[in-house]
Amino acid sequence: MAEGIVTLTEQTFDEVVNAASTPVLVDFWAEWCGPCKAIAPTLVELAKEQAGKLTVAKLNVDDHPGLAMRFGVQSIPTLLIFKDGELRKTMIGAKPKGALLQELSEFLPASH
Amino acid sequence: MSDVRQVIIIGSGPAGLTSAIYTARANLNPLVIEGEPSSTSDQPGGQLMLTTEVENFPGFPEGIMGPELMLNFRSQAQRFGAEFLTEKATRVDFSSRPFKVWIRDDEYQADSIIVSTGARSLMLGLEAESRLLGHGLSTCATCDGFFFRGQEIAVVGGGDSAVEEATFLTKFASKVHLIHRRESLRASKIMQERALKNPKIEPMWHTVVDDLLGTDKLEGAVVRNLQTGAVATLAVTGLFVAIGHRPNTDLFTGVLDTDENGYLVTRPGSSYTNIPGVFACGDVQDHTYRQAITAAGSGCMAAIDTERWLEANVH
Repeated sequence: MAEGIVTLTEQTFDEVVNAASTPVLVDFWAEWCGPCKAIAPTLVELAKEQAGKLTVAKLNVDDHPGLAMRFGVQSIPTLLIFKDGELRKTMIGAKPKGALLQELSEFLPASH
Repeated sequence: MSDVRQVIIIGSGPAGLTSAIYTARANLNPLVIEGEPSSTSDQPGGQLMLTTEVENFPGFPEGIMGPELMLNFRSQAQRFGAEFLTEKATRVDFSSRPFKVWIRDDEYQADSIIVSTGARSLMLGLEAESRLLGHGLSTCATCDGFFFRGQEIAVVGGGDSAVEEATFLTKFASKVHLIHRRESLRASKIMQERALKNPKIEPMWHTVVDDLLGTDKLEGAVVRNLQTGAVATLAVTGLFVAIGHRPNTDLFTGVLDTDENGYLVTRPGSSYTNIPGVFACGDVQDHTYRQAITAAGSGCMAAIDTERWLEANVH
């Protein structure tokens, strides 16, 4: 799990989010959402670049609508950030990488 | 200092990508500054990235999904050597040649420029909008319709996008109010008929949205009838805005001529702007037709104009 994106399901969601030693970024997405596809490559890059510092996970809202409902997701892509199992931040809509990194900066250890 | 390229294309909808295909095939090695991911129509691929089925683009008798069509445009341009930067141009200097385009601090230079920055959707301009965007208020029916299964929602607008969205949303919603400030729709006849025959769609003519209700999520919309002045609260949990577009010309303010509606002016029958060597195509210079096919056609014109202009003026 050092590199790459974790695929979450209704069954694994709480376990992954609670047990992670790093903050967890969860991408709520679906196949039919254009902007979700547009940010997918950025999330792959983030997972690679921030390996060990951030867990990047995705959740398909078509397959797991219950989780979308639980977190009040009404628009995708929605990115949720969890730390120590707690929801800390909600970001709605596709954003460029620079803006995402800025939103994430408070959860990432300073580089160097 | 960067190398001087032959052409830089700013924008990547049907116009920009068609000009990329043509200039790439003319060996002009185009650089496409395609924009940044966003949930608005101002994104790589342009407005079609937020649509579903495109039924009127010739060559696809069964229709094609908007995002898929744009991906095809992009692959075709790439196949002939077009290069892409998934960033937004932040500043331009067209006062001397080579022309300069910046992405933040990075400078790019070219002998010619094709402007195809398109248009973006207008919002209602209500204070509650920023609070409720993504919490019931949406600009992307294809992204968010799913979350309104069995609910009563509304679409604001009367053009093609509004009517398409209303029809699409009936797949999920129990009822779709179509709020339009006039008495007839501007959408194409076939789409109007489809929408008005749909039992789930209820048009509300002469009506505007004055306010949105709800703190954490949308609980209703305050609507006003322009003829009677009657104000009512519509208990909707979703509101989709499709009230028209504004051209993306901020980069070129004071540099390229615009008309009274803010669209770039091109010499009739061509893609020439007021600056020789700078060409414009697609919705940023067209408020009349605004179709994928006309944008693509004008992108082809811009590529040919660019190629001929470079031959006559640069080589």
